[in-house]
Amino acid sequence: MRLEYFEMIDKVESIDLSAGKISVHAYVPKDSTVFEGHFPGHPLVPGVLLIEAMAQAAGYLILANEKFERMTFLAAVKEAKLRTFVLPETALIVTSEIEHDGSGYTMSKTAITADGKKICNARLTHRTLPFENDDLKGHVLERARVTGLLQEG
Amino acid sequence: MSSTFDKVADIISDIGDVEREKITQDSHVISDLEIDSLDFLDVAFSIDKEFDIKVPVEDWMTEINDGNANAEDYFIMKNLCAKIDELQSEKAA
Repeated sequence: MRLEYFEMIDKVESIDLSAGKISVHAYVPKDSTVFEGHFPGHPLVPGVLLIEAMAQAAGYLILANEKFERMTFLAAVKEAKLRTFVLPETALIVTSEIEHDGSGYTMSKTAITADGKKICNARLTHRTLPFENDDLKGHVLERARVTGLLQEG
Repeated sequence: MSSTFDKVADIISDIGDVEREKITQDSHVISDLEIDSLDFLDVAFSIDKEFDIKVPVEDWMTEINDGNANAEDYFIMKNLCAKIDELQSEKAA
């Protein structure tokens, strides 16, 4: 994870489009400027960034489901539960499952675990829209390649 | 068995926190019942599940934005319910 750059996903562990499921790895770094403020002397991953990590995992799943032709945007977070603190150097697994693939939107159930223990979960709504421009699409595709979401060749 | 109108009105009442009695056949979902675009995604989700269809929200919005349809064609309750009935019939055919 590079928290400052909102790069929350390190590697896609598995994706099954027919089942509408994804599992990704996200490793919390030892150091980050985020921890300088949250909190001094007691570094914790902010809950909003855990929600962002869930949103990105679900977003990856939706991107692949849309064959990378449309961008995903987080639209709603429901029933979010932040169950425990997340410290630096924690290995997180983020899983997401499509609950409903609607017209221009997708609902998902998404969760984070560490060592098999529940960290947080939420039901998310993403809107899907055509890419605003080629720069954005190029960046998204590059991240998809780096994380293993997109495997070409 | 509840009618399409009753089911949709129940959904909108629940999601939009609208008094059920205020929802009539002639209510405009957006301007009268104050369901905004984000709430409408929840409404569409509930309608999709309730009626086992996929409400083509994007197509409707494109038609409206392109001037090929009026918002009233889709968002007056009786028209919305008629569209849902059509979608159900098409799926059953």
